[in-house]
Amino acid sequence: MSLRVTELSVHYRTLRGEVRALDGVSFSMADGEILGLAGESGCGKTTLGKSLIRLDGRMRHAGGTVELDGRELPIADDRAMNAFRFHEVSLIPQYSMSALNPTRKIGRMAGELLRSRGVALDRETLEHRLALVGLDRDVLDRYPIELSGGMRQRTVMVISTLLDPSLLIADEVTSALDVSTQKSVARALLGFRDEGFVKSMLFITHDLALTSRIADTIMVMYAGRLAEKAPADVMVKAPRHPYTRLLINSLPEVGVRYTGERLSGIQGSPPSLLDPPPGCRFRDRCPLADDRCAEQPPAVEIEPDHFVACWKA
Amino acid sequence: MTTIPDSLADNRVVRREALHFAVRNGKLVIGFAIVLVLLLIGALGPVLLGVDAPNEYVAGPMLPPSAEHWFGTTTFGQDVFTQFVHGTRTTFVVGALGGGIAAVIAMVVGFTAGYRGGLVDEVLNMFTNIVLVIPTLAVLLIVNAYLGIRSVAVQALFIGLTSWPWAARAIRAQTFSLRTRDFVDLARLSGMNTRRVIVREIAPNMSSYLFMTFILLFGGSILIASSLDFIGLGPTEGVSLGLMLQNATQWSALQLGLWWWFIPPGAAITAIVGALYVANVGLDEVFNPKLRQR
Amino acid sequence: MRQYFGRKLLVYALTFVVAVTVNWMIPRFMPGDPVSGMLARAGVSQPAAVEAMRLYYTSLFGFDQPLWKQYVNFWSALLRGDFGISIWLFPTPVSTVILRAVPYTLGLMIPAVLLSWVIGNRLGAYAARRKLLDNTILPAGYILTAMPYMWLAVILAWGLGVVAGWFPVAGGYSFSLQPSWSADFVLDLLHHWVLPFLSLFLVALGGWAIGMRNMIIYELESDYSTYLAALGAPSRLIRRYAFRNAVLPQITGLALQLGVLVAGALVTEIVFSYPGLGSLILKAIQNQDFFLLQGTFMFIVIGVLVANFVIDLVYVVVDPRTRAGMAGGRP
Repeated sequence: MSLRVTELSVHYRTLRGEVRALDGVSFSMADGEILGLAGESGCGKTTLGKSLIRLDGRMRHAGGTVELDGRELPIADDRAMNAFRFHEVSLIPQYSMSALNPTRKIGRMAGELLRSRGVALDRETLEHRLALVGLDRDVLDRYPIELSGGMRQRTVMVISTLLDPSLLIADEVTSALDVSTQKSVARALLGFRDEGFVKSMLFITHDLALTSRIADTIMVMYAGRLAEKAPADVMVKAPRHPYTRLLINSLPEVGVRYTGERLSGIQGSPPSLLDPPPGCRFRDRCPLADDRCAEQPPAVEIEPDHFVACWKA
Repeated sequence: MTTIPDSLADNRVVRREALHFAVRNGKLVIGFAIVLVLLLIGALGPVLLGVDAPNEYVAGPMLPPSAEHWFGTTTFGQDVFTQFVHGTRTTFVVGALGGGIAAVIAMVVGFTAGYRGGLVDEVLNMFTNIVLVIPTLAVLLIVNAYLGIRSVAVQALFIGLTSWPWAARAIRAQTFSLRTRDFVDLARLSGMNTRRVIVREIAPNMSSYLFMTFILLFGGSILIASSLDFIGLGPTEGVSLGLMLQNATQWSALQLGLWWWFIPPGAAITAIVGALYVANVGLDEVFNPKLRQR
Repeated sequence: MRQYFGRKLLVYALTFVVAVTVNWMIPRFMPGDPVSGMLARAGVSQPAAVEAMRLYYTSLFGFDQPLWKQYVNFWSALLRGDFGISIWLFPTPVSTVILRAVPYTLGLMIPAVLLSWVIGNRLGAYAARRKLLDNTILPAGYILTAMPYMWLAVILAWGLGVVAGWFPVAGGYSFSLQPSWSADFVLDLLHHWVLPFLSLFLVALGGWAIGMRNMIIYELESDYSTYLAALGAPSRLIRRYAFRNAVLPQITGLALQLGVLVAGALVTEIVFSYPGLGSLILKAIQNQDFFLLQGTFMFIVIGVLVANFVIDLVYVVVDPRTRAGMAGGRP
């Protein structure tokens, strides 16, 4: 078992009170697994990704544990967490295009970063991995501004995984790219997993269609909680949570032409997480909701590896 | 998947939020409070004192501050407090007029260059850079020396005409980034002409930024005017804080130890300009959520 | 990079032309006959001086010639280094008067500007690091930068000069000494230099410290800093990058502030009767010496243009992006 997250809660401090962005989420990931994490914006997926590597200034660890390869991650302790960052847990951030220091040549920056973590730069490995993602070695002698957005992203991908981390968090890495670049990035990520550069990967996205192509397992979150987690093909073909079903239905199917019927969006919006109502959080938008949903449904394993948090599933 | 919030309601929320943070922002409140107090002194002081000619000789020379003459008197027996009150008024007038004129020019140049782009942008940019590089005070020296500045309004006009370039550049950059946004495209496609797009769509979306620019131009005008006054190129009629400083140094207030003559005018300028700067930082924090945490 | 410098030089050349043209035009805008107007205002009593001045004015303005000829004449005189003859110090040429004053102004400005820039940047970077420092340096910085230069000069002259008696408050050196390279004279020179330097330095310091503090906070919140922190890079490395990147806009700021700094130096000199360009301007205004005033104006413009170009050179050395031949660089 590579990663085990138990009842993890992370809150945002705001002037109006604590926003429960992540409210008791439990799941686990196996070695070699790519877990696609999907949901609409504000569902807590990015918060979850950040909690596993670095809480930002406004975030507070409100409960729960994270265990990586049998060791508990001290996620609330910024200093103690440093030992794990980069070595054990690494990140390809949402802002990869601007993640490199604009006034340092890329090779020099990578060297300085590695040295600051007590590792000598292995230029050969670096060049080899750059070649794997289709980058020439001379990018190391260039400044970030000289590279295209896609090239910068792949460079970040290589740098982030240089120490062969156990867990890689890829946060919305494809959202700013065009379709063909998206595919090559996805391919590169799969390649890194297959080569063993990263053991497991948390692939955060709002794009369910893309997730289903590269992830082994898909986890859907709603309003700070887990809604459903299942193997990718099961999730696409036989979702059980009403929210997931609506979500999958709202996707345009590949090869199907929509002439008359409109894509069915989901009516309404998620509840405020400042002081969320008790019970199932999807209740207000759910077509199946009844009185029972006033009680919070637990995430139940209805089939092997298929978890659903719904009374109706 | 996500619903797009009604933009009107969204605007209202943003505005309410800004107000919420504004009244709680210490820098903003203190800054504006100081400016307001001095503004009231300048606006109401001359009326309450009922003195029209602040340069009259009213008492014995070189009197230290007393109940009768709060800020003492000059070597000629002029009441420093009367001069101070009138000078503060002049300073605000110069700041508002000079800053206002500069802001108008900066907006015209900045909006046009940023929105039109292309050759218009090139030419305006070149023009801006030229005015930017020429040392403002040196030009004002020549202009004032030859033409002779009699009134505060003319002084403010020339300050406004020379101090706009940095603001024009800043506004141009902002306009440039707004130009490609959806709502501007929409307005343009719906047949609005350039001027209306700028006035109705672009300017309101950077109103907080424009206001902050004006504050800085206001403070800058006050400082330039006080330097001009001090060199002896101030308005020949009336009194200003800069002229008070000039008179004090010219008539050996330093050597005679008449600190009450030269401390108040400089302190007032420092207080007004400093408070404006601090309020500006406060405004920045209110409008820019990223800075609120600090 | 060639294009970068090409554009810069074009702007500077045009600026110079504009400045010269303004300088040529303004006297011609004066209502009435400028020659007799000026002579009357100058109020010089020596008949020889009056006649010489009338000759100079007439030949320089050349009112009998067509306008374009007047303009060309003005340029050719300028390029020959002929700024006319000072009225106040008749019959010394204006260029001689100015060149005597320039070393004092430069000796005041260059150390004050460079030191305030370097130390201000350091202070600003420290302020961004600690809340306590932030709460002391920032308000102090705002007060300093809001002060009119001449007011701080007056306060220092009064406090440290008149009251404490530590420093002389007027002149570039004691009247009892003759300029020479003797140790006595140099010490005396330094003694007179301290207060004007200090007032120029302090006001400028506040501005740089605030600018740096704001820039570095911006840099510390930028994406590359966040990324490095997420990968566990020590804050030493992140701060080093942030400082280096925040210095770049501060260099641009130095160019933008040149005009203000010159103005500050001029009024500071006036407070201390320091024998630089500022005092020269005051004398020129008091004596209605327009040749001197216009000559000083041209010198200041040229000085600012040269300084701008030097800053451009430095910027190219410091910002690798301009050398990499890519877009960006000093806007």
